[in-house]
Amino acid sequence: MNNSKTAAALKTMLAALICILAGLVIGFIVLLVLAYTGIAAKGEPFTMLDVIKTAYNDGFKQLLMGGFYLKPRAVRNEIALAAPLIMTGLSVGFAFKTGLFNIGAAGQYTVGALGALIFALIFKLPWYVCLLGAALFGAVWGAIPGFFKAYLNINEVITAIMFNWIGLYAVNTLTYMGGNSPMYNLKTTKTWPIAAKSEWSVIPDLGTTYFKKPATIAIFLAVAIALVLYVVLNKTTFGYELKACGLSKTSAKYAGINEKRNIILSMTISGALAGFGAGLYYLSGVAEWQPLVSTVLPSMGFDGISVALLASSNPIGIILSALFISHISTGGGMMNANLFPPEIADVISGVIIYLCAFLMLFRNALGRIFTRKNKGGTK
Amino acid sequence: MNDYVIEMLNITKTFPGIKANDNITLQLRRGEIHALLGENGAGKSTLMSVLFGLYQPDEGVIKKDGKEVKINNPNDANALHIGMVHQHFKLVEVFSVLDNIILGAEDTQAGFLKKKDARKKVMELSEKYGLKVDPDALIEDISVGMQQRVEILKMLYRDNDILILDEPTAVLTPQEIDELMEIMREFAREGKSILFITHKLNEIMAVADRCTVLRKGKYMGTVDIKDTTKEDLSRMMVGRDVSFTVEKKEKLAKEVVLEVRHVTVPSKLHKNNAVKDVSFEVRAGEIVCLAGIEGNGQTEFVQALTGLEKMSAGRIQLCGKDISKFSIRDRALAGISHIPEDRHKHGLVLDYTLEDNMVLQRYFEPAFQHAGFINKKAVRAYTDRLIEEYDIRSGQGPVTIARSMSGGNQQKAIVGREIDRGTPLLIAVQPTRGLDVGAIEYIHKQLVRVRDAGCAVLLVSLELDEVMNVSDRILIMYEGELVGEFDPKYATVQELGLYMAGARRQPQFGGKEDEVTDDE
Repeated sequence: MNNSKTAAALKTMLAALICILAGLVIGFIVLLVLAYTGIAAKGEPFTMLDVIKTAYNDGFKQLLMGGFYLKPRAVRNEIALAAPLIMTGLSVGFAFKTGLFNIGAAGQYTVGALGALIFALIFKLPWYVCLLGAALFGAVWGAIPGFFKAYLNINEVITAIMFNWIGLYAVNTLTYMGGNSPMYNLKTTKTWPIAAKSEWSVIPDLGTTYFKKPATIAIFLAVAIALVLYVVLNKTTFGYELKACGLSKTSAKYAGINEKRNIILSMTISGALAGFGAGLYYLSGVAEWQPLVSTVLPSMGFDGISVALLASSNPIGIILSALFISHISTGGGMMNANLFPPEIADVISGVIIYLCAFLMLFRNALGRIFTRKNKGGTK
Repeated sequence: MNDYVIEMLNITKTFPGIKANDNITLQLRRGEIHALLGENGAGKSTLMSVLFGLYQPDEGVIKKDGKEVKINNPNDANALHIGMVHQHFKLVEVFSVLDNIILGAEDTQAGFLKKKDARKKVMELSEKYGLKVDPDALIEDISVGMQQRVEILKMLYRDNDILILDEPTAVLTPQEIDELMEIMREFAREGKSILFITHKLNEIMAVADRCTVLRKGKYMGTVDIKDTTKEDLSRMMVGRDVSFTVEKKEKLAKEVVLEVRHVTVPSKLHKNNAVKDVSFEVRAGEIVCLAGIEGNGQTEFVQALTGLEKMSAGRIQLCGKDISKFSIRDRALAGISHIPEDRHKHGLVLDYTLEDNMVLQRYFEPAFQHAGFINKKAVRAYTDRLIEEYDIRSGQGPVTIARSMSGGNQQKAIVGREIDRGTPLLIAVQPTRGLDVGAIEYIHKQLVRVRDAGCAVLLVSLELDEVMNVSDRILIMYEGELVGEFDPKYATVQELGLYMAGARRQPQFGGKEDEVTDDE
């Protein structure tokens, strides 16, 4: 029975791999250009081989190796980064599956971070409660655009974008409060490190070489949630309803599915996932919130869109694509900064995402090739 | 001089996985009305697209007046004086009739339109053939029948003498159909040639000189109408005998199942109500047909009945229970099955598999889920049973994506799903739209079967053949109101047509005795 399904999954994977490959090639070309200008600026004689060598050794190698270029420390960073990325990817992917575009993952992530900080720094609760608190905060922030969409028919993209900014500055205000916020550390101009205030609010690690802070068990939690979502979407009546709404709102309505309720639920869950991701990040002690300098939304939210697109919103695929994105951005940070800005990693993921927009096209083209071959085989 | 104006010889056109046209020959004589008959997917549209330059044939040649020609695009076709009226009209809604006619063939002087000349020519043509149009009316304001006249004038304006009409009668009242046929005969007398695509055998028998039949992409032959019968044609088309009259026993109408009182539904398109104060009932064991021309409120009425739309006044009672305030789901559970008008928009989640679609109305029932988890085995078994029972054909059985199935089989899947729910009321909206005779026959039989099993059936149909054949009682809707009730045994198609066009109204529906008002 699953022949068609596995074939479709294979096609999607293959198409994603083609996107990744093309993205890497373009990234390498960009590195070559930068290496060339960098070397030429020195005014010494050089050959094309030097350029290629520099581009590879000082940039591309790090990109490919990611955290493994500087193991085990960078690997731990990569893992710590991947966990919240999986969550924001799931947030966006889940909404996609139900026909909604949750561009608000960044805002829900931000508000989720506030939730985590409040529960950890003020109430000093254990980490799992703090995580739930983060999810709750994110859920509320996701539910609002869902409500507007369901009852007032306002496009969720517009509301979510506005709520991204409202969320960001609300969080900045609340964590700072003119320097009086109990979460704010005047000396570092950041929020207090969680471990300093409440030891048991930090997500535990495994104490092994690769799973030591900041690489906590967060990654396993994220993977577990991805698996749960996979099951919910594919095996339950709830998932059946949500997907029906996403694929054909009119048919879902005809079948008596309450699409208004489903829109709100879907956005709430989506927000909870993003908020949970923020919890995983800030409760792992990777970084603190900086209320004074946080004037842009955390990139984690928007990277979630990339992650979801690359994985065609499949929860299992999202695990892999989040690992990949975190891999190259970790690698990007370790390139020779004199020659290459770390944003090259963003360029590459940008190119990949851009290509992902054509993923459908690729997939259909591949599909045609496959069917043609099959036809040839049977005749 | 060759006898034929257009010859399509041994045309073969292959699409990936399917041979749409397999060695088809079609020869069109000067001044004849030539019908092209075939089921859905028989290759009629492909063949016409080849003639119109939209597709290039893999093999075969096209000849015009005996000379081989190459038609690369519709402009080439136009240059050869081939014109086509598509099933769905290609008109600019916000342009006037005149602008639409000259669009693409504008005569200009120094860059300015010569509208006066164009108007004169259009009016002359309109007069000559009795194609009454108002050249200054906007397309969006005129009736479908007049839109069709505009399309025909478009062809005449371009001096086309080979006219292709794709299912031209689907949107017309019986009277309009008669008029159209008279106009077609007039064209033929003048030496124009007409290719008439249809699957209505009565019309072919009435108007065509010859008929070419296709079946599954293959050429079945060309016959002279005067030497053939309807039964012969349908056998050629389907490959087996088809009965046209639905066999059914006398109805045994029992208790009232559906009672509708003073239902009024606001329109989404205009300020008036789409449905105005409609009251009637449907009893168990009878098929009541709501007939009328498209756009007279039937769609809105059914949507209000099933809960898809809200009504502004009135009451709906099902099996004695007032369901006016029920949600869609609650109405379905209270006992309504609904074969929707638009199988793509409502009937199916096209990107779901067939099995997922088969439980669209019952996935939440205990039989198909346990603690929120869908019981895939039960769904599969159920789907297998319906596939078997309702002869639903698809590439991969239960896991076929609904989108990839043929229209007929999609419809069978919906019909099977809805009938199998075994509810006291079945609402079937145009259940045979766009289907071929074989599938139509099948669906009609199913409707009669559920009616005999004691189900109340409300059929909404635009096809008068279907209305006359299947129903036990006919209600006619015109501009949102009921205007007449008939027993099909004592009504004629002509009579129904007058009511459908709004020319008459029975006394009990507010009309005067023997009142006859003019149509336009």
